[in-house]
Amino acid sequence: MTQSVVVQVGQCGNQIGCRFWDLALREHAAVNKKGIYDEALSSFFRNVDTRNGGDGADIHKGKIFSLKARALLIDMEEGVVNEILQGPLRDVFDSKQLITDVSGSGNNWAVGHKLYGYQYREHIVEKLRRTAEHCDCLQCFFVIHSMGGGTGSGLGTFVLNVLEDEFPEVYRFVTSVYPSGEDDVITSPYNSVLAMKELNEHADCVLPIENESLFSIVSKIHQMTNSGKLGSTVKQNSLLTSSAGSIKTEQEKPFDAMNNIVANLLLNLTSSARFEGSLNMDLNEISMNLVPFPRLHYLVSSLTPLYTLADVNVPSRRLDQMFSDAFSKDHQLIQADPKHSLYLACALLVRGNVQVSDLRRNIERLKPSLHFVSWNQEGWKTGLCSVPPVGHSHSLLALANNTCVKPTFTELKDRFMKLYKKKAHLHHYLHVDGMEQSCFSEAISSLSDLIEEYNQLDATKSAPRTYPSRLKIAM
Amino acid sequence: MSIVTVQLGQCGNQIGYEVFNAICNDFHSTHGLCSKKENESYQEACKERFFSEEKTGVPVARAVLVDMEPKVISQTLSMAARSGHWKYDHQSHFCQKQGSGNNWANGYSVHGPRYRDVIMNLVQKEAEKCDRLSGFFTVMSMAGGTGSGMGAFVTQCLRDAFPTSFILNQVIWPYGTGEVIVQNYNSVLTLSHLYQSSDALLVHENDAIHKICAQLMNIKKISFRDVNQVIAHQLGSVFQPTYSSEGASQYSRNPLGDLMESLVPHPEFKMLGLRNIPQMSENSLAYSTFTWPGLIKHLRQMLIANAKMEEGIDWQVRPPLPGHPVPPKASPNKALHFNTSIANLVVLRGKDVQSIDLGGFRDPALYTSWLNPQEAFTIWKTPRAFNKYEKSASLVSNSQFLLKLMDNIVGKAWNMFASKAYVHQYTKFGIEEEDFLDCFTTLEQVISSYASL
Repeated sequence: MTQSVVVQVGQCGNQIGCRFWDLALREHAAVNKKGIYDEALSSFFRNVDTRNGGDGADIHKGKIFSLKARALLIDMEEGVVNEILQGPLRDVFDSKQLITDVSGSGNNWAVGHKLYGYQYREHIVEKLRRTAEHCDCLQCFFVIHSMGGGTGSGLGTFVLNVLEDEFPEVYRFVTSVYPSGEDDVITSPYNSVLAMKELNEHADCVLPIENESLFSIVSKIHQMTNSGKLGSTVKQNSLLTSSAGSIKTEQEKPFDAMNNIVANLLLNLTSSARFEGSLNMDLNEISMNLVPFPRLHYLVSSLTPLYTLADVNVPSRRLDQMFSDAFSKDHQLIQADPKHSLYLACALLVRGNVQVSDLRRNIERLKPSLHFVSWNQEGWKTGLCSVPPVGHSHSLLALANNTCVKPTFTELKDRFMKLYKKKAHLHHYLHVDGMEQSCFSEAISSLSDLIEEYNQLDATKSAPRTYPSRLKIAM
Repeated sequence: MSIVTVQLGQCGNQIGYEVFNAICNDFHSTHGLCSKKENESYQEACKERFFSEEKTGVPVARAVLVDMEPKVISQTLSMAARSGHWKYDHQSHFCQKQGSGNNWANGYSVHGPRYRDVIMNLVQKEAEKCDRLSGFFTVMSMAGGTGSGMGAFVTQCLRDAFPTSFILNQVIWPYGTGEVIVQNYNSVLTLSHLYQSSDALLVHENDAIHKICAQLMNIKKISFRDVNQVIAHQLGSVFQPTYSSEGASQYSRNPLGDLMESLVPHPEFKMLGLRNIPQMSENSLAYSTFTWPGLIKHLRQMLIANAKMEEGIDWQVRPPLPGHPVPPKASPNKALHFNTSIANLVVLRGKDVQSIDLGGFRDPALYTSWLNPQEAFTIWKTPRAFNKYEKSASLVSNSQFLLKLMDNIVGKAWNMFASKAYVHQYTKFGIEEEDFLDCFTTLEQVISSYASL
């Protein structure tokens, strides 16, 4: 079994991270009734004997003493991290896993990346090394951050560079929250585009997230559960947005519901690596199957169902509905419509009481309405994990490498250009030591190239299919 | 003589477990329908072939379990131990932590060489437990990374270390609509490499078995366990003890050798297909009766028309009549109406096996002209019934059964290769574009050879 380390950077990264750890504990508590520290738990948690205080030894088998998250919490302001450390999850982290400062990055990528990056590099490397040493077999780093600010965006991508330099064999999966059009941070386009270049070059897989999509999902769930249309009661802990049953007991904060969705994404993504099933799908398989060309590693994700009703009997029709929903644009975690764009590859990770015949039936059913690139007409990767998420009997995570990400990138580029043409706010960036005009031009160039790759693929959608001729053998 | 099974990857281990389970259940079956003496003979032979004795009296499967991540092996070992009737040797397994990531190159070029010594040591130990070693079964899928890539490497190692033993690879052909996106690359790489070191490849197709589960076994919600149990049943029906020659008084001691001798006259032709009849759910079995002529007739037509199961057979297909020109079939793209065989093996188990007429299988029109029709067709039989089927017949065929499948998979892989998609994932671990091209060439050669039968 392998281990993964979560690196949460900036306010957004840490708030999502906090929800992740909370729900991860909830999930493992539901499965692990006997309180034994098992391999599944070890993927994200250490078991530490803290009886004698201080940093106790790791205990690899047997009873659970004290679970510690395999995480690094980084923020250049103290507010969010302090709150985590004073909250119900305080025992899950120890102080050696934090890197904080006081003044923040002022929504400035250059401050996060160049200034704080340089300043904290050694600290970061040292703490990463410590976390890695506690792992028997470290497989993956999960970086969680937002793109539009300064710390998550700048320092977060700096950390990504460090991960590649120091741990080149370990996978880097990045969950990035992209800013919306009406983002109140004026310079978010700059920050995002500068960060994109780093993601292009140093991430193995990126899961882009947009707040608008999370918000729509939250609204939809709210509407459905309060409208009385459903007839029977909804299981509270099954809501994709809920913290019910977790450690957190106080008032839910406004972003909690949205962040829970992202936390659930990460739990589902890693479920098959942690729990058993008849067709396992490990993280290295996700990267292998969904990244046909190195730079095209942006995966659009969708999660279903959004909630489960309390009546247990689930006819197969409802199961099929789960598959259909995974492809509808309302369930995607970014503003995108994969059905009307081109698929390069698609992965379906099913959890719970679902068998291969259900999978096959639904793939056959949905395939005709989807467009796959000519060289990957049957581009499906599937996984079956026996353990369902809390509150559900089954669930589905769909990951699509699809040209429907393109609009997110082109809009970002447009917003960037609007500012850049007028050189608005540029001086705030160029002030920072190590930051030059070329950083900007290289970044926008990198983004343009990426968009062009997607354009070329889209062009093949309408082109006539030509099959390359096979090798001929002389008889 | 004994067979050592090497189970590779998730699929290999899951199926391997079901095979030993099926064999063990058959061993304990009270529906043998033969004399006590016969039954005891059968059980002796079965035990020697697949199990070694342990002090506790619980038979220990002659197997080595290999996987690059621990979950499946751990489950497999404990399921076997829980059965109470048999188990694995808990020392006889090797696993790592990270898996191969569905990457053939990772399995073949990285994990293979790295763990070769440890794995071959385990194999050596199992081989030494055998009084006489007949050879090896490997069980693996082609679609993933460990079974396929590491499986190909291990097969090579087996060949090097045991040059006089037989190696039969059970290969699982993935579903046409993906389980794994790079399955076509992995399959092409596996097949071409196995062709160099293996004696024969016995293929099971997930799509075909799935249909059997749906239409013959009437299973509504088909799981991989169901699919694997059908495969296990089919394998058991071939490799459980039989008398392999007319008038033999002892159960055959060398099933693998006999198989190779009958079915693989030429190293260019190693692809074997397997059909088994009848197959149905246990409930239906209680209400069904069969006649040998009926079963044989169906089996023969399944061979001729390349049907995967006993329903939906195309009865219009006929072998060419003597004197009439054989229609040109050089291109595998044309629908192959008639399936030409190089050699066939029929295994008969159960009531009244002595009186069966198999003339239909001896028809020279079924075969190419290389072998004497007497040599092209072999029968193995036993009066001891298998696994609750009063009468059962299996066909192992070296014919054009797999031609269309191979052509499809090479076509899809080539299509993807032309765009170079995913190739960087392989070159990262040392498999270059030239290596791909070599593999394509090898397989086009095999396809061409089978097509021109």
